[in-house]
Order: sequence, then structure tokens, then C-alpha cells
Amino acid sequence: MKVAVSSKGKTLDSELDERFGRAACFILVDLNTMSYEGVENTQNLNAIQGAGIQAAKTVVDHGAGVVITGNCGPKAFAVLSQAGIHTITGVSGKVKDVIEQYKKGELSPTDGPNVKGHWM
Amino acid sequence: MIISVASGKGGTGKTTVATSLALSLGKDTQLADCDVEAPNVHLFVHPEFRNEEIITVPVPKVDESRCTGCGKCVEICRFNAIVNIADTIMTFPELCHGCGGCQAVCPAGAIEEGERIIGVIQHGLCNGMDFLHGRLRIGEAMAPPLIRQVRSRINPDKTAVIDAPPGTSCPVIAAIKDTDFVVLVAEPTPFGLNDLELAIETVKILKIPAGLIINRSDIGDMGVADYAARENIPVLMEIPYDRNIAEAYCRGEPLVEAFPQWRRRFVRLCEDIDELVAEIAL
Ligand code: SF4
Ligand code: SF4
Repeated sequence: MKVAVSSKGKTLDSELDERFGRAACFILVDLNTMSYEGVENTQNLNAIQGAGIQAAKTVVDHGAGVVITGNCGPKAFAVLSQAGIHTITGVSGKVKDVIEQYKKGELSPTDGPNVKGHWM
Repeated sequence: MIISVASGKGGTGKTTVATSLALSLGKDTQLADCDVEAPNVHLFVHPEFRNEEIITVPVPKVDESRCTGCGKCVEICRFNAIVNIADTIMTFPELCHGCGGCQAVCPAGAIEEGERIIGVIQHGLCNGMDFLHGRLRIGEAMAPPLIRQVRSRINPDKTAVIDAPPGTSCPVIAAIKDTDFVVLVAEPTPFGLNDLELAIETVKILKIPAGLIINRSDIGDMGVADYAARENIPVLMEIPYDRNIAEAYCRGEPLVEAFPQWRRRFVRLCEDIDELVAEIAL
């Protein structure tokens, strides 16, 4: 299974980016092989609106089963749940440490968005 | 003729000017409050409301049984309001601008037009003058479509005064675009000047003739007046900082009703605007 972590850079040493929609990158880690891929989210940094939706689409399209991030708003959360992805919010630290915590079962999925949308 | 009243920032006296101007134009006038996020003109003119219309914008409704998942609707939407996730199409009505693009490109005819309520328009009468305003639903972000709906209800055979929202963003443009004249209201302070510069840039781009009213004209400095002179914007009126005016405002009394001498000045202002518009038309 693949886990997507919002991050400030493209390697496992990067810091988790606590913004989901406007995160710099997503790191997708395959838990079976521990191979990873960094995906840029740059087009969304400047999106006028709906950045969270597009970011969610990006991680869905890359086959993630779990998303680990800092803050996730209602629209991104709706897209992720629609795709059957579990979202874990309120996390920070280096991507590789976050992945370790996840593997040890220390992080549990959130049952709703943890921040309000920008239009609410 | 439509005269819009605008200002680069809130709290400059825009509503005072809009109400007094409309009340001085005589009975065949319409007063339209287009500050739909915070309409307050009715607090001064006390209209008797007659009817209310619910205003909606079109939003896409996807018939999943017909959708082939081709993604054309997603590609065309500039507003990220429609997205394909794991074989289904999700829509985000609150982001949709109602452009109809997705419906037009859908090869399967799977997109129908639904609707979403964005606010109401209320119509009333105050001493024979037509009054109307838009009121945006709480939490709603799409002011421009509601403002355009308010404007579409203005009778072109009468003279109308529009109270525009403050600032220089999309809602202001929706309110003042294609009006015949803009009255800008500003205060003679460095902040007032900064916002006036933005407002004047906006009206120049929109090519609307403009005049300036300086409110609380005896505070601050000459920056605003000097700038108006350089930009060839006529100063139509100066309203001094006066405790009595402020008190009347707080009681919800229009300037021209509280002080007869101001009625005369606003009647003259109407004539001046008429002349300026006529000159430009030549
Ligand atoms: S109507 Fe326009 S803005 Fe709304 S979802 Fe369709 S393409 Fe996007
Ligand atoms: S364009 Fe029509 S058929 Fe294609 S994905 Fe959108 S709704 Fe479905």
C-alpha cells in the first residue's frame, strides 16, 4: 500500500508540510518495498481556488491509500473519502519519521476535516 | 442614466452620498444597494418592502448513469468545481461560477443544470422612490452574480443610483461596470489617497467618467485634492467633518433630510453630474 505525505521537499528527509492543498510536494511511499516518489504540487500553490480538491486528486491518481498531513479542509477531505482514502491530520516532523510512526501504528485516521474551508 | 457611488475603502461616507443623491433626484428615481455582503442603505431610507425574490446560480448536476468518465468537464473547469475521482464525478457547487462550460463540452449529455441559492433581492418603496437591494446568503462567496441580478432589475427609463460595495475587487466592478457616471467618495488622508488611487485606476480601466466627493474635508491634508487635480477628476463636493452630520447618520437620517441646506447642495450635485454626462456624450 502507498502512503502519501504532504511535504516541503522531495526526499524522505524533508519536513512534512502542514498544508495539504498548498503543500509543496507529496511523497508517496510504498510500504511493502519502502521505495518512494516525490510529486510536485506546484500548480496548486497558485490556484485561485480549489487547491485542496486538486491536491486530493493528485494523491488519488497516484494510487495512495492513506494521506498523512497537517491540516485538511472539508473539500479535500470529501474527495479523499470518496476515493476511500484514510486521512491522518495533525502530524508534523520529518517524512521518514512520520512513516515510521505510521508503521508502528502510532497514527490513527481522522474522521473529518480539521480546518474550515476558505469560503465558509 | 445610472450613477454609481463607490469608494476605495469602506467607511468613507459612500452610503451617505448615495442616499442623499437618490433622495435629491426626485420621485422617478431608483436606489439600488449593491453592497450585497453588507447592505445598509435601507437603514437610512426605511423602505416599505413589497416583495422578495430568491436568486440562484446554475450549477452542474451529473447523471452518473450517462457519464462515461471522459473527464472533459474537469478539463474545462477553471475553478476546480468539478473533479473526477475514482470513476465518479464530484461537483463543488460553492466553487462553481455557473459558466456552463462543463455542460457544453459533455459528449454524453450527462450534465444537467441544477441550481444553488446565493441570496435574495428585496424590492420596496420609500416615498414613491423605488428601492431594491441584494442580500448575499451568509457564508456565500459569489457576490458578483447577485449584483448583476440586482442591476438587471433596474429600469433603464428611470434614473438610478447604485451604492457599490467598498474596495476595488470583483464585486465593485460588477456594481459600477457600464454605469454612466461614478461618484467616488474619499477622505483627505494618506489612507484615503491610497485607496482613491486604486479606485481611480479601476474606473479608468472601465472607462467610466468619474467625479470626487471629499468627505470630512477639513481633516487630513491636500493629497487627495492634488491627486484629483492631476488626474483630471472634478471635485464635485466637499462635506466637512461635523458632529451634527455624524449624529444624524447614527440616528439613521439621510443628510438631505436632516439638513435642508444639504438638500440644495445635493440638488446642485445632480445637475452638475447631468451636465458632465451630457458633455461627455457630445
Ligand atoms: S459551470 Fe463552469 S464553473 Fe461550474 S463546474 Fe461547470 S465549468 Fe466549472
Ligand atoms: S464530460 Fe460528461 S461524460 Fe465526460 S466525465 Fe464529464 S460528465 Fe462524464
